[in-house]
Amino acid sequence: MKSSRLLAWIAIAIGALYFIVPLIGTFEFSLRMRRGEYSFDAYQSVFSDLQFRATFGYSMLMGFLTIIFGMLLVVPTAYWVRLRLPQLRPVVEFLTLLPLVIPAIVIVFGYLRLYNSSSWLPLTNSTNGTNLLLMFSYMTLSLPYMYRAVDTAMRAIDVATLTEAAESLGAKWPTIMFRCIFPNVMSGVLSGAFITFAIVMGEFTMAALLNRPAFGPYLQLVGANKAYEPSALAIIAFAITWLSIGLLQLVSRFQKTAPAKA
Amino acid sequence: MSTASLIDRRKVVDWLGIAPFMIFAIMFLLLPTLYLVTGAFFNPQGEFTLKNIADLTHPTILSAYWVSIKVSVASSLGGAVIGFFLAWAVVLGGLPRWIRSGLLTFSGVASNFAGVPLAFAFIATLGRTGLVTVLLRDWFGFNLYSTGFNLLSFFGLTITYMFFQIPLMVLILTPALDGMKKEWREASEILGASTWQYWRLVGLPILWPSLMGTTLLLFANAFGAIATAYALTGSSLNIVPILLYAQIRGDVLHNPNLGYALALGMIVITGLSNVVYLWLRSRAERWQK
Amino acid sequence: MSFLTLSNIQKSFGPVQVVKDFDMAIEKGEFVSFLGPSGCGKTTVLRMIAGFETPTGGTITVAGRDQTSLKPNQRNIGMVFQAYALFPNMNVAENVAFGLKVAGKPKAEIDARVKEMLGLIHLGHLAERYPYQMSGGQQQRVALARALAPKPQVLLLDEPLSALDAKIRVSLREEIRQIQQQLGITTVFVTHDQEEALSISDRIVVMNAGRADQIGTPAEIYNRPSTRFVANFVGTLNLIDAKVIDPGENRIAIGDQGVTLREPVAPAKAGDTISLALRPEAGSIAPDAKGETALTGEVVSSNFLGSVIRTRMKVGESVISFDMFNSPGLVPPAVGETVTLRFTAGDLLIIRD
Repeated sequence: MKSSRLLAWIAIAIGALYFIVPLIGTFEFSLRMRRGEYSFDAYQSVFSDLQFRATFGYSMLMGFLTIIFGMLLVVPTAYWVRLRLPQLRPVVEFLTLLPLVIPAIVIVFGYLRLYNSSSWLPLTNSTNGTNLLLMFSYMTLSLPYMYRAVDTAMRAIDVATLTEAAESLGAKWPTIMFRCIFPNVMSGVLSGAFITFAIVMGEFTMAALLNRPAFGPYLQLVGANKAYEPSALAIIAFAITWLSIGLLQLVSRFQKTAPAKA
Repeated sequence: MSTASLIDRRKVVDWLGIAPFMIFAIMFLLLPTLYLVTGAFFNPQGEFTLKNIADLTHPTILSAYWVSIKVSVASSLGGAVIGFFLAWAVVLGGLPRWIRSGLLTFSGVASNFAGVPLAFAFIATLGRTGLVTVLLRDWFGFNLYSTGFNLLSFFGLTITYMFFQIPLMVLILTPALDGMKKEWREASEILGASTWQYWRLVGLPILWPSLMGTTLLLFANAFGAIATAYALTGSSLNIVPILLYAQIRGDVLHNPNLGYALALGMIVITGLSNVVYLWLRSRAERWQK
Repeated sequence: MSFLTLSNIQKSFGPVQVVKDFDMAIEKGEFVSFLGPSGCGKTTVLRMIAGFETPTGGTITVAGRDQTSLKPNQRNIGMVFQAYALFPNMNVAENVAFGLKVAGKPKAEIDARVKEMLGLIHLGHLAERYPYQMSGGQQQRVALARALAPKPQVLLLDEPLSALDAKIRVSLREEIRQIQQQLGITTVFVTHDQEEALSISDRIVVMNAGRADQIGTPAEIYNRPSTRFVANFVGTLNLIDAKVIDPGENRIAIGDQGVTLREPVAPAKAGDTISLALRPEAGSIAPDAKGETALTGEVVSSNFLGSVIRTRMKVGESVISFDMFNSPGLVPPAVGETVTLRFTAGDLLIIRD
C-alpha cells in the first residue's frame, strides 16, 4: 500500500515536471527580449502589432460565426433525430464523428479541389466565398464536439415530452425551438461553443491552405521570423485555451449539479 | 386516401427536418473525401488507373509514411504508457482528491493545446537557447545538443506530440480505471495472488481493450496532425501531412492525382485505427457492465 | 483453543471507533453469522479477518497461528463478496481456477479441482460461460466455488445474498449451508437480514455500534434476547412498559392489569418502570387458550399477512401485537372489540439494557 502510494507520487511528479517545465520555459523565454533583464517587451511588441490585432479579431469573428451557424445546424438536427428519426441516429452519429477520422488537411484538400475557381461552385473565387468556406470547414472540425455536447444535454431533458407539452399549449415550431429547446440545452450549447472557440482560435491548416488572414497562420509566420514574440504568443494562446476549457468544465459541472428544468 | 397522403407528408416533413444537416455533411464531408478517394484511381486524363497507388512506393513518399508512422507510434505509445501511470496514480494510487481534479482539468486544457503555440513552447524549452537546454549547460555543464539531440527531429517531434497525447490518454483512461472494481483486487488478493499477479491476470487484461483502443486513437490523432510539426520543423521533416501540405500548395509531386492517393493513404490509416478503436471500445464496455 | 479467535479487536478510522473490544471464538466447522444494521461494524470485523483492514488493537488467530499482521494473500482464507466480484475477463472455469493457478499448482490438479468445484455448485455445464452471460445467482455460486477451490481454512461471506432476488436468496442460502456442512468448513457470514441469519447459522453474533450485543444459537437469540437492541432487531417483538408493584412477589402492572413474572424483578424496586418483551406468536385469544397470564385490551387494528393475521390491541399505554394462524373459518377480531390474550408468564421477558 505504502509503496504504491510512493509510486503514484513519483508518477505525478514526473508528469507535472513534463507539463509545467515547457510552460515555465516558454514564459521565461517570452520575458527575455530585453538584454540582461526580464521584461514584458515581447508582449508589448505583440500587442502593438497591427497584424496581431487584425488576425486575432478575424479568428474571433470566425469563432463566433462558427458557433452561431454550427448551433443552428446542430441543435435542430439533434432535436429532430431524437424526436422523429431515431432510426437515423447511428448514421448521424457516424457522420459527426467523421471529422475525427479524416485528417483536417485531407478535408481542406477536398474543398480546394471541389470549390475552386473552375468548379461548379466557385467559392474560392471571392474573399467572402472563401471566408464562408473557412467557416464551413470550422463547423466541420467542431462537429464531433458540438453534436456530442448538445446531444448529451438533450438526453437530460426528455425533448419529446417537452415538445408535446409546448404543442398542447399551442406553441408553434419556432417558439418550441427557440423558447423551449435552445434554453434547455444551453449548457450543452455553451460547452460546445467553448471547445469550438478553442479549436478555431488556434487552427492553422485550414486557414493557411485557404489563404485567409487568421490567427493560426499569423502565429506560424511570427514563429518563422521572430525570436521572442512566439513565446509570448504561445503563452497568450495557452491562456485562451485554458479560459475556454475552464469555462467548459465550469458549465458541465453546473449542468451536473443543476439539471435543466423542463 | 387522406390517411395515406398524411403519412407521406409526415415522412417528407421528417426528412426535411434533417435535410440541412445531410446537405452540409454531403457537401463538406463526404463529397470532398469521395472526390479525393476516387481521384486517387484516375490519371489526369480521367482514365482509371492503379498507378497512383503504386507510385506511393516512391522513396520520398514511402519514407514520409514511415517517419509519420514512427512518430505516431512512438508518441502514442509514450503517451499511453505515461498517461496510464498518471491515470492510475490519481485513481488507484491513494493520492489526495485535489490532485485528481487538478490533473483532469489540466488534461482538458493540454489535450486541446496543440498546433503552432505548442511548437513555440517546446522551442522555448528544449530549443538551442531554450530554458532547459541553457540550465543544463549552465548548472551541470551538460550540452544537450552535443548528445545528438535535436528538437527538430523525430525524437523532438515525439516529445512535443506527447504533450497533447498524454492528457488525452488520461482523459479517456480515467473513467476506465474508475470502472475497475475494488472487489476484483480484493478477490484476487484473498485468493493468494500478489500485486503483480493481479495486474498480469486480471487488471491489465480487463483494461487491455481500453488501453489498446485509446493508443490507436492517439495514433490517428498524431498521424493527422500537421500544425505543430510544420511550425516546429518547417518542411525539413518529411512526414505525410507536411508532404501533402506542400503538394497542395505547389504540386511538388508533379501529379495532382498522386496527391489524392497520398490523402487516401492517410484516410485508410486513420480510418483503420479508428475502426479498431471503436471495436475495442465496444468490447471494453461489455465488461464494464 | 478455538479454531478462529478474535481477541480484543478494535478498529478506528481516524477519530471514529468502528469496532470496540470485539471478542469471539469460533470452533472448527462452525457457521457463525454476524448480524446487525449497516454501520454496526460487522463488515469491518470480517474485513479484518480477511486482512483488508488492520485492527487498531487486538489479535486474530486461525488454527493457533497469529494472523493479525499477515497480508490477505498469505492467509489462506476464502471470501465471497456482495457484488460477486468475478473476474470479467475469465470464464467460469478460469475464475474457479484462479486461486490454484496463482499458487502454482500443476495443471492436472487444477483441472480436477475445478471440475469437482463446479460439480459441487451444479454448474459444470456452464464452465465456458463468462460472468456477463450469467444470472446473479449463478455468478454468486461461481464466486463460492472460486473461494472454496484453494481449500481455505476459513470461508468469509460478505452479504452474499443481498444483491439477489428474494426466491434465489432462499434457495442459495440453503445451498450455501448444505455445502458448508458437507465440507465442514469454518464460516463467517455477514448479513443484516435476521431471517437469513436465523435460518442457516450455528451461532449468531448480534452487533450494535461496534460491539457484540449478544452471542448465541439462533434459538437463544430469538427466544431470549438479552438487550433491547437485540429484541428489536431480531424478529418482531412487543416491548411493553410495566410498573413494578412488589419486587418480592415479582408482581408488576401493565396499565392497570397485574401480572406475576417468573423472572426475578429485582434489583428494580417498587414503583420503577421496567421493559418487558413478548413475541407476537406467544399468546392466543382463542376461548380455549392455555396460559395462566392474561391481558385484556381493545383491538386497534387487524392486518392480514397471508399465513398469519397480526392484530394490535391497546393495554394501558402499550400497544401489543399478536399473531393468529390463518385458517378458512377464522374470523379476525373487529376493531373496537375487547379481547383477552392468554400466554404463560415465562413468555414475558425482562429486557435489561
